[in-house]
Amino acid sequence: MTTPKIQFARVSCAFVLQGQEFRAVNDLDLDIADGEIVTLVGPSGCGKSTLMNMAAGLQEPTGGTVRVDGKPVSGPGPERGVIFQQYALFPWLTVAQNVGFGLEIKGVPAQERARIVARCLDLVGLTAFADALPKTLSGGMKQRCAIARAYAVDPAVLLMDEPFGALDALTRVNMQEQLLATWARDKRTILFITHDVDEAVFLAHRVVVMAARPGRIHEIVDVDLPYPRTEDIRLSQRFQDLRNRVWHAVYHQH
Amino acid sequence: MTETAIQDDGLARRHALREREMRRKLLALNLLAAVLGLALWSLLSFIDLAGLPGPLSVASRAIQLIANGQLFVDLAASIQRVLLGFAIGTALAIPVGFLMGWYTWARGLMEPYVQFFRTIPPLALIPLAIVFLGIGEVPKVFVITLAAFLVSVISTYQGVVNVDRVLINAARVLGAGDAAVFRRVIVPASTPFILVGMRTGLGAAWSTLVAAELIAAQQGLGHRMQQAQIYYDLETIFVALITIGITGLLMDRVLLWLDQRLTVWQERR
Ligand SMILES: Nc1ncnc2c1ncn2[C@@H]1O[C@H](COP(=O)(O)OP(=O)(O)OP(=O)(O)O)[C@@H](O)[C@H]1O
Ligand SMILES: [Mg+2]
Repeated sequence: MTTPKIQFARVSCAFVLQGQEFRAVNDLDLDIADGEIVTLVGPSGCGKSTLMNMAAGLQEPTGGTVRVDGKPVSGPGPERGVIFQQYALFPWLTVAQNVGFGLEIKGVPAQERARIVARCLDLVGLTAFADALPKTLSGGMKQRCAIARAYAVDPAVLLMDEPFGALDALTRVNMQEQLLATWARDKRTILFITHDVDEAVFLAHRVVVMAARPGRIHEIVDVDLPYPRTEDIRLSQRFQDLRNRVWHAVYHQH
Repeated sequence: MTETAIQDDGLARRHALREREMRRKLLALNLLAAVLGLALWSLLSFIDLAGLPGPLSVASRAIQLIANGQLFVDLAASIQRVLLGFAIGTALAIPVGFLMGWYTWARGLMEPYVQFFRTIPPLALIPLAIVFLGIGEVPKVFVITLAAFLVSVISTYQGVVNVDRVLINAARVLGAGDAAVFRRVIVPASTPFILVGMRTGLGAAWSTLVAAELIAAQQGLGHRMQQAQIYYDLETIFVALITIGITGLLMDRVLLWLDQRLTVWQERR
């Protein structure tokens, strides 16, 4: 077997809340293959963001090991792009400067940087707002800016925490198709958190359903639908069956 | 899925017009307040409240002090002290505040001193300053420096501590190391706090000035007031007070302008 791109091996993450140990993630095993899209669903507070932060290197597990490319994660790095649940745009930078931030850190020359930024802004439909400050953007636009910022550094792994959460239904479907189209070209490994069961099924090779208290895997649903995922697939009976299964796994855990 | 920016010139023009209208109204109210204040002052001096001089006699004293150059000598001396103390205090406070916010060891080492000196009004150090530093410019500038420093250091420190962790994480995952996080996230994110600190620090510098000039000064607005007090020269005291007010206000405006330039990105309210 080839080494998984991301491997959670008996991973736990505990917090101390009011003097009590609280297991946000408990003894969790999950392997994500290179180029695989895994979506993560589950009730609020079940440890999805915590799991992702451990893969990002922003949160140290209190037990077990998280490996990326077989090497234990020891901190964040630009090869693992993260889109945060709270956008996390730099408010003092314009949209274009936000998108170019990682490239500037990397030392990409200005001309090439401008080219990449333009392409990423075009991808998320924010070209007209390149010089706008984040405070003037709507929630959905902020989110798209955050997506462009993560795309710009071309990470091998994308960790996305409810990246389409603030988008309207139409833009959301657009962004999903956009994400899959991009993925079809570069075959990045994607770990994607969502509350939307349709979205989870539509994007993924596998849907991981988590349960809370302590945070753990409740069920893994294999999505045996072919790529490219078209509208026909979205409307197919098989899709319906899968989404019903995931729905039950999420909302009827007891 | 491309959105276009609003390009309705009419709307933009109307918006600007409304803004200007609003500002004009505010300015009119400000003027009205000033006129009312002057009227009240005149009335009080007319009924001869505790020998209060009227606006006219104060104005004529002002002209006299300007004509003989005394006002400028005093003003220059005071401004020099305030600016020097403020500049040194701020220049020290910003790096110290950053250190305290960024490194736990620096916080541990410096916090006791900062907290301790904060509870002592800088003016209370004047007798000590005179003993150690004599009666020249040094003790005066020293207490002003201390006043400006203590205010600025706290707000710089607050600014660093309050930087949103998510922004730091966002920079880290984009490849930023400690130095880049500091320069590109901590510094810009704490700029609004620093500027607030500078404005309060400037206020503190001015309010320390007058008392500092009680230390055997030869010139300065505070010294002038003290002299005037001896001769019961209320007009001169008023001229000096108004001069301090106006100068402080102008300096604050400069900082306010700087603040608005540097922090347009802030989400206000
Ligand atoms: N830094 C922290 N300190 C203490 N407790 C934390 C911390 N981070 C997360 N938790 C706790 O861990 C649990 C899981 O949090 P997490 O953010 O991973 O949930 P989530 O599944 O992402 O929820 P949501 O869907 O609402 O985003 C929560 O109960 C939360 O209170
Ligand atoms: Mg979350």
